[in-house]
Amino acid sequence: MATTAATLHAPAHAEPSGLWSWITTVDHKRIGALYGITAFCFFLIGGFEALLIRIQLIRPDNTFVSPDVYNQLFTMHATTMIFLAVMPLSASFFNFLIPLMIGARDVAFPRLNAFSYWVFLFGAIFINLSFVFGGAPDVGWFGYANLTSKQFSPGHGVDFWAVGLQILGVASLAAAFNFIVTILNLRAPGMRLMRMPVFVWMTLVTSFLIILAFPVITVALIFLLFDRFIGTHFFIPSAGADPLLWQHLFWLFGHPEVYILILPAMGIVSEVLPTFSRKPLFGYPVIVYSGIFIGFMGWGVWSHHMFSVGLGPLADSFFALSTMLIAIPTGVKIFNWLATMWGGRLELKTPMLFAIGFIILFTMGGLSGFMHASPPADLQQTDTYFVVAHIHYVLFGGAIMGIFAGLYYWFPKMTGRMMNDRLGKVHFWLQLVAMNLTFFPMHFVGLLGMPRRVYTYGANLGFNEMNFWSTIGALLLAPAILIFVYNWITSWRSGPPAGNDPWGGATLEWAIPSPPPSYNFGTIPEVHSLDPLWHKDSRELVLASNHVHGHIHMPPNSYWPFLGALGMAMMMSGMVFGWFVGIPGLLLMLLGFYNWAFEPCH
Amino acid sequence: MWPVLAVLPALAGCNTARDFPQTTLDPKSDYARAIQVLLEQQVFWVAVIFSFVLLATLVILVKFRARPGSPEPKPIHGHTGLEIAWTIAPAVILTLVAVPTVATIYKTQAAPPAGSLHVRAIGHQWWWEFNYPDLGVTTGSEMHVPVGRPIAIDIETADVLHSFWFPAMGGKRDAIPGHVNHMFFTADTTGTFPGQCVEFCGISHANMRMKLVVAKPNEFEAWVAGQKQGPAIPDSTSLAGAGHRLFTQSACVACHTIQGVSAGVIGPNLTHVGSRSIIAGGIYDNTPEMLEKWLENPPGRKPGSLMPNLGLTHDQVTQLVAYLTSLK
Repeated sequence: MATTAATLHAPAHAEPSGLWSWITTVDHKRIGALYGITAFCFFLIGGFEALLIRIQLIRPDNTFVSPDVYNQLFTMHATTMIFLAVMPLSASFFNFLIPLMIGARDVAFPRLNAFSYWVFLFGAIFINLSFVFGGAPDVGWFGYANLTSKQFSPGHGVDFWAVGLQILGVASLAAAFNFIVTILNLRAPGMRLMRMPVFVWMTLVTSFLIILAFPVITVALIFLLFDRFIGTHFFIPSAGADPLLWQHLFWLFGHPEVYILILPAMGIVSEVLPTFSRKPLFGYPVIVYSGIFIGFMGWGVWSHHMFSVGLGPLADSFFALSTMLIAIPTGVKIFNWLATMWGGRLELKTPMLFAIGFIILFTMGGLSGFMHASPPADLQQTDTYFVVAHIHYVLFGGAIMGIFAGLYYWFPKMTGRMMNDRLGKVHFWLQLVAMNLTFFPMHFVGLLGMPRRVYTYGANLGFNEMNFWSTIGALLLAPAILIFVYNWITSWRSGPPAGNDPWGGATLEWAIPSPPPSYNFGTIPEVHSLDPLWHKDSRELVLASNHVHGHIHMPPNSYWPFLGALGMAMMMSGMVFGWFVGIPGLLLMLLGFYNWAFEPCH
Repeated sequence: MWPVLAVLPALAGCNTARDFPQTTLDPKSDYARAIQVLLEQQVFWVAVIFSFVLLATLVILVKFRARPGSPEPKPIHGHTGLEIAWTIAPAVILTLVAVPTVATIYKTQAAPPAGSLHVRAIGHQWWWEFNYPDLGVTTGSEMHVPVGRPIAIDIETADVLHSFWFPAMGGKRDAIPGHVNHMFFTADTTGTFPGQCVEFCGISHANMRMKLVVAKPNEFEAWVAGQKQGPAIPDSTSLAGAGHRLFTQSACVACHTIQGVSAGVIGPNLTHVGSRSIIAGGIYDNTPEMLEKWLENPPGRKPGSLMPNLGLTHDQVTQLVAYLTSLK
């Protein structure tokens, strides 16, 4: 692509480096990098927890870890993967890409953005501190009442979990509001809503889901914390409460949360497939409307997590039908992705392999989901390994494969260098095989009657062989991920230069240098189509955005968001650690917020 | 998903019950069979849809892979007819599945048939209590029912959430504090079937297992008659007699009921513990050796067990084992 001419116009920019520049940064690209690296570290930690789980289950009556530790591991594995890995990895893409894709210089609230990241980091550290302060949470990531009550969980694990999720919720909410405002208000001239890349659309839908879903879990967690700290009875049956209230609140949050995890990956795949098929996305409006419809319907299906609760035939039928209805837009998306590739010229680079892997594996996860949409069938499947297989096909085969597609696809844009494609393909094939070896047998071991969340199983139930192979698969996943880490680090240091547009992408981010300058676009581009770089006229217009005219005003760095976030995390963690942490935290938070509010922006 | 189809008949074959005793794929009651019908229909559609997607992907990969000289693709943005078609096709399939689903929901959640045998299944951390209110029988971990007669089960809990599940008999149902849940089924085959708690309920959730004995009606009647008799007091000079004395004089009585001896309700009713095939929430066969190991250190065998290590001497354990095994 003839982008060198445009590159020449970009002025030399010396990026400040050093720890202080990262602590005070308000640049969305740097915050995206912080999110990505932090979240990937937690992805490795969550994966390590999964390995310990699988080693414990390699044979019946194993004593590799104690039941107590096992229960902490499966609770923290899910909590880590959902809140500390997949969500912030998505946030990393939101941060890095949204301003670039909509032709903006930064997000709407750059300092709020920094605040979100630091709150996330401190919340993530806090929840993991439980391992060294008397035991991690051990009640499952769903924390069903009344096992979480003081009577049945007297330790501090549940407190760490509940307070930690509250801290993380602040980060998610602040980020979601930021992206909604950014997407609605900062689009380049001419970029109407229906000209936004699908990834931007999915970010918008996800952000709306977050601002509507997190208040629900916030309320539930406040009830739980009140029960545990000041003796209220929101979930205490002996005082007349109905512990089912927790399940309704949790899943009213929890099901939209599933879409919060998967929609960004769907957005990524919708960007990768057209680029490597050399063909525009098939049925763009249908894919967008399907995503919105999934987001809406996500609110009407929560009780399909509760078919075994005994809600009665009418409720079971309603939630069965609403759940099946969601299969339609999901299927439509898959057909449109296939149609995008049909008639294309497929370049099977690593990002494309991961995108195609996403389609197949997510379809498998969707189909097993369709099986337990039927309540009678679900009553044989729920709380067994069949559901463990299902969620891992959706979240590992879906969300994680999609995220890897995105990591390979945008790595050149983030770093200015190319990743090693051959190592990438080795990573893909090893991960694909290992992933199926790990999770496919779980369908069967579940249908054969193995419950989930058990630290051991009877030797005479026929579960032994399939558990053995699942563990082997998990042990093979580890080197697959390590190959990626190696590839990432070595390519970042010494990969070949990428140029502005190594893949021939259609969207705005490929018009500017890699890595982009701190101000992204020298002048804000004008957009006249869905694939601006693929049309001759609009391409010229967009490439002209690399010219700088006059002074570009960018927000200055600030350490107040960092201090405000640290103070808020300390204040909330004071519920567990005591007033001597909480009160200084409160003061630090107020100091940070006050100075943030009155800090001059020049 | 063709491997699924290939494997399912093998799993549903006649060796299933022997090789996979806790399987859901070998139904032994009307309820479980109704679910199996739905499952088979689903597996059919899953296989059809997945084969289509996989085949389409493979064809695309072969046909449209970039080769030197392959032409620049036509920029097609969509096709309304196709969009309508692949919206309607899943809708039709879903309707075909939804109709029998709703019918099965209403059929399996109706009121239990008249003449059902009433059983209360009560979850405890970490064992199941079975109470037959119409028969005046209480037992633990091992549930007995007659073949061919509808069984109506009330599912309750004494502490936290549990879930009651004998896969051969059908779907699971949660035990929820403050709720009484219901299910009914008619077993159609005699035999013993394992089950276990399937809602995470704390540290020893994995150790909360149980067994269902489906017996011929006359055998079931005989079992009931045996359970209704009070236990004989063993000869005071025998080893069992020493165990009886020890039982009545120690902490055992605070938690366990033995009809005519003690009235504790925290742990399982032991009136006929010697007649059961499993102990300790179903994790061990009821043999003198395992009972001995259990009594020596219950929390060591079942983490979190409410039954403490009573610090019994080896002689005391032997006496108690002799007594408990005598409680047929």
